[in-house]
Amino acid sequence: MNAHSSPSPHSSHSHEVDHGSVKSYLVGFALSVALTIIPFWAVMSGHLAKSTTIPLIVLMAIVQVVVHLKYFLHLNFSKSGRANTFAFLFTALIIVMVVGLSVWIIYSANNMMMSM
Amino acid sequence: MSTLTRAEFLADEAHRQVEGQEHEHHHDTGENTIFGFWIYLMTDCLLFASVFATYAVLYMNTAGGVSGKDIFDLKYVGVETAALLFSSITYGFAMISAYRQNRPATMSWLLVTFALGAIFIGMEINEFHHLILEGNGPNRSAFLSSFFALVGMHGLHVTAGLIWMVVMMLEVLKRGLGQQTVTRLNCLSLFWHFLDIVWVCVFTVVYLMGVAS
Amino acid sequence: MSLLGKLTLDAIPYHEPIIMVTLAIVGIAGVAVALAITKFKKWGVLWRDWITSVDHKRLGVMYIILAMIMLIRGFSDAIMMRTQLAMATSGAEGYLPPEHYDQIFTAHGVIMIMFMAMPFMIGLMNIALPLQIGARDVAFPFLNNLSFWLAAGGAILINLSLGLGEFAKTGWLAYPPLSETSFSPGVGVDYYIWALQISGIGTLLTGVNFLVTVFKMRAPGMKLMQMPIFTWTCTWANILIVASFPILTAVLGLLTLDRYLDFHFFTNEAGGNAMMYINLFWAWGHPEVYILILPAFGIFSEVISTFTGKRLFGYNSMVWASGAISILGFIVWLHHFFTMGASANVNAFFGVMTMIIAVPTGVKLFNWLFTMYRGRLRLAVPVLWTLGFMVTFTIGGMTGVLLAVPGADYVLHNSLFLIAHFHNTIIGGAVFGYLAGFAYWFPKAMGFHLNERLGKAAFWCWQIGFYVAFMPLYVLGFLGMTRRLNHTNNPDWNIWLYIACIGAFIIMIGIVLQFIQLYLAFRDREQNRDLTGDPWNGHTLEWSTASPPQFYNFAELPDVHDIDAFTDMKEKGIAYSRPHRYEPIHMPRNTAAGVLIAAAITAFGFAAVWHIGWLALAGLVGSVAFLIQRAYDNDVDYYVQPDEIAQVESQHINKVEEATA
Repeated sequence: MNAHSSPSPHSSHSHEVDHGSVKSYLVGFALSVALTIIPFWAVMSGHLAKSTTIPLIVLMAIVQVVVHLKYFLHLNFSKSGRANTFAFLFTALIIVMVVGLSVWIIYSANNMMMSM
Repeated sequence: MSTLTRAEFLADEAHRQVEGQEHEHHHDTGENTIFGFWIYLMTDCLLFASVFATYAVLYMNTAGGVSGKDIFDLKYVGVETAALLFSSITYGFAMISAYRQNRPATMSWLLVTFALGAIFIGMEINEFHHLILEGNGPNRSAFLSSFFALVGMHGLHVTAGLIWMVVMMLEVLKRGLGQQTVTRLNCLSLFWHFLDIVWVCVFTVVYLMGVAS
Repeated sequence: MSLLGKLTLDAIPYHEPIIMVTLAIVGIAGVAVALAITKFKKWGVLWRDWITSVDHKRLGVMYIILAMIMLIRGFSDAIMMRTQLAMATSGAEGYLPPEHYDQIFTAHGVIMIMFMAMPFMIGLMNIALPLQIGARDVAFPFLNNLSFWLAAGGAILINLSLGLGEFAKTGWLAYPPLSETSFSPGVGVDYYIWALQISGIGTLLTGVNFLVTVFKMRAPGMKLMQMPIFTWTCTWANILIVASFPILTAVLGLLTLDRYLDFHFFTNEAGGNAMMYINLFWAWGHPEVYILILPAFGIFSEVISTFTGKRLFGYNSMVWASGAISILGFIVWLHHFFTMGASANVNAFFGVMTMIIAVPTGVKLFNWLFTMYRGRLRLAVPVLWTLGFMVTFTIGGMTGVLLAVPGADYVLHNSLFLIAHFHNTIIGGAVFGYLAGFAYWFPKAMGFHLNERLGKAAFWCWQIGFYVAFMPLYVLGFLGMTRRLNHTNNPDWNIWLYIACIGAFIIMIGIVLQFIQLYLAFRDREQNRDLTGDPWNGHTLEWSTASPPQFYNFAELPDVHDIDAFTDMKEKGIAYSRPHRYEPIHMPRNTAAGVLIAAAITAFGFAAVWHIGWLALAGLVGSVAFLIQRAYDNDVDYYVQPDEIAQVESQHINKVEEATA
């Protein structure tokens, strides 16, 4: 993954971010295609039970998000890329909390309502 | 295939600046801009997350009207998805060409990306148009309101990205691939790939889960 | 539809004498100020050095001016409400009819939170933060200017609602379905939406800007865990801004769709769910109160350690306590609507989280106490505010823990007990903090001192006035009085309402004294110059610059080895050194782009309120066009030459040597 691992003559710029190569883009693309086709197939073919389909497509989506982050957005834990990665992880935490708790709150409130 | 690294690119750039006494900036300006833009994207993430949460809460509230199962055409969505996914890799190639200082290649890849993005938007407008004609517009139910808002918000972002892309193509034509231009292309790259991630969530949560459940 | 949309001459409230008199006073004052500027030929200076300025120090001053103007507006609302409630007892109607009164309490809340507290906080951050980390400016100076003008644009919109049309009558939260078109058909809620949306985007940009500044532009050698504590608390606040304001943007956007395009997110019909608005609003609203309070905590920490002449006790625990508050602040929001009817499990979870968040706050309080312990506390004005805060905020915090018990909340929800509680924390915490910071950094920003005696008198009026005004509200809450009542008919409440009204007037005297203090400070500024730039024997880098600081902040970027970087330099004897030569300094040029973009966006907001199609389009296109124009402007920066730097620097150091000789 380190397209720039070769020592650079300008050491002051050695902290630069990885920007990916044609190869890494192609790998990311191939993975994304697979991770898109599988869930579409799972739903459209209807071969699988609903209880299998939903977890499967959610899992595929999460993996695909990670693939995009790694191969297209070049997130990593190198010294220079760390800040962006932590910013994303923090955001993901907030999203999980806000979306998860919101859904929990409203669904539990709905359960307390008399059905009309 | 070998690639030109950012470090080599910058070394090149520094060389050109010394020769041409080009407009000079802080060394770190590009880095700050990209980091700042990344934080902005994180705020955009949360904007989408809020609307996703709203969709998750309202998607069953169809008010006696259609549900997702009735109106989603997965083949159509599959084509939209393909357009967007292809545009991601073509933008990646545009970026690689930009680092290599290859202006014609950058321009061509940007054009291809633009075309794919335009196909996506055209298809989305068509989908919305049909839904509204059939009486399934956003005013019909809370489900349709949140569907139109969520998918439409992504569409508006893509549209903004397309406008930005036009501006960038003009910039590349007029100014070439100086450091500032490459930094801006880089920001647009983050934006574009980010929208792809959002779309992955949209097609999973809205379309696939809508049809599966 | 006409060329002006829904806007007609009927929109001006001729029949409301209070509003018309207010407008007349504002008009006369505005004309007077304009004439004065013309007379002293200051329009050019105003435009070149202030309105178009990208200098964080000047933007900070402008933010605080905005906050003070809006404080007058918001406080006028407050005192009108208190007098109304003192008059409208035992069945009397008072002087404010309900439809006007409802606008007043809505405007009071929105203005005090969004247009007084936020600009005040951001203003202090602008003035102090870049100096504290030894930076020459923020990461994106132009964006900083734009942020300010977006905040100002929102403030202009909300004030326009006074004379054109009406403001929302919904309470500052604008809960649907009341805020939907079917129940609020007027323009009031639209003013609310666009004022908040525009200023909110400004705040969001500020958050992004200062995060990049802190993470990428610290002075050489300054590690993250060596940043001054105010910088740290602001950083946590900025993280919260970046993480929570998008939720506000989203929820206001959804309400906008409901109102303008007949969507059904929060309506009663077609499956809408108003509870989701309340939920999302508070998912922003609760982090927002920590955005307000955390920088205030930072100010108190700076003040305590400076005026005791000691290091801050427990710096690390202070940083991490702020971090814990920031994260926990995101999982407590439901305590604002325990009574909504979610399950017992939900209420229990959020109740427990709310109680837990009191722990890191307690850690801070003990840190301040231990910093003072065995120190020699100089009782200057900032210290008075800090001590007042420590007592007052503790009371507010404890009533908060009471409200965190869901069972108790079912009794106290929406009562005046709640009103007393959040004023207790926001005035006693955030506002006291900003006023401490104001007194602390005023000489730094302006170059001369405030009047100490009047400052102390103002503090005592605020402090005593606060207790007289708000303690009765706790009692009234227990007696069962709910919030937002226009008139009452319960003789048991009367005495407490009278006392609260007296308290509001005592606070008013405090505010008046502060403005007199400012006037005297300006009048006597030549006698009260701060020559050294270090009036309080400060610990952090902002005190190493001149007062007001050189426009480039630091001739040489300081080399930092310690949390108290300036103390370290003074101890090593390297403060105020004269280097042999200076390097040229790269500076951003002032630009009109920020004010133009914000003006276009504000015009769009106004047009949206009144449904003026062409103006909305013009505003939208104009803002994008100005932005693109700015992106291709090549003349955005320049270099300060070493000769000029040497001249400015030696002038400063000569003054320091004169003053200390």
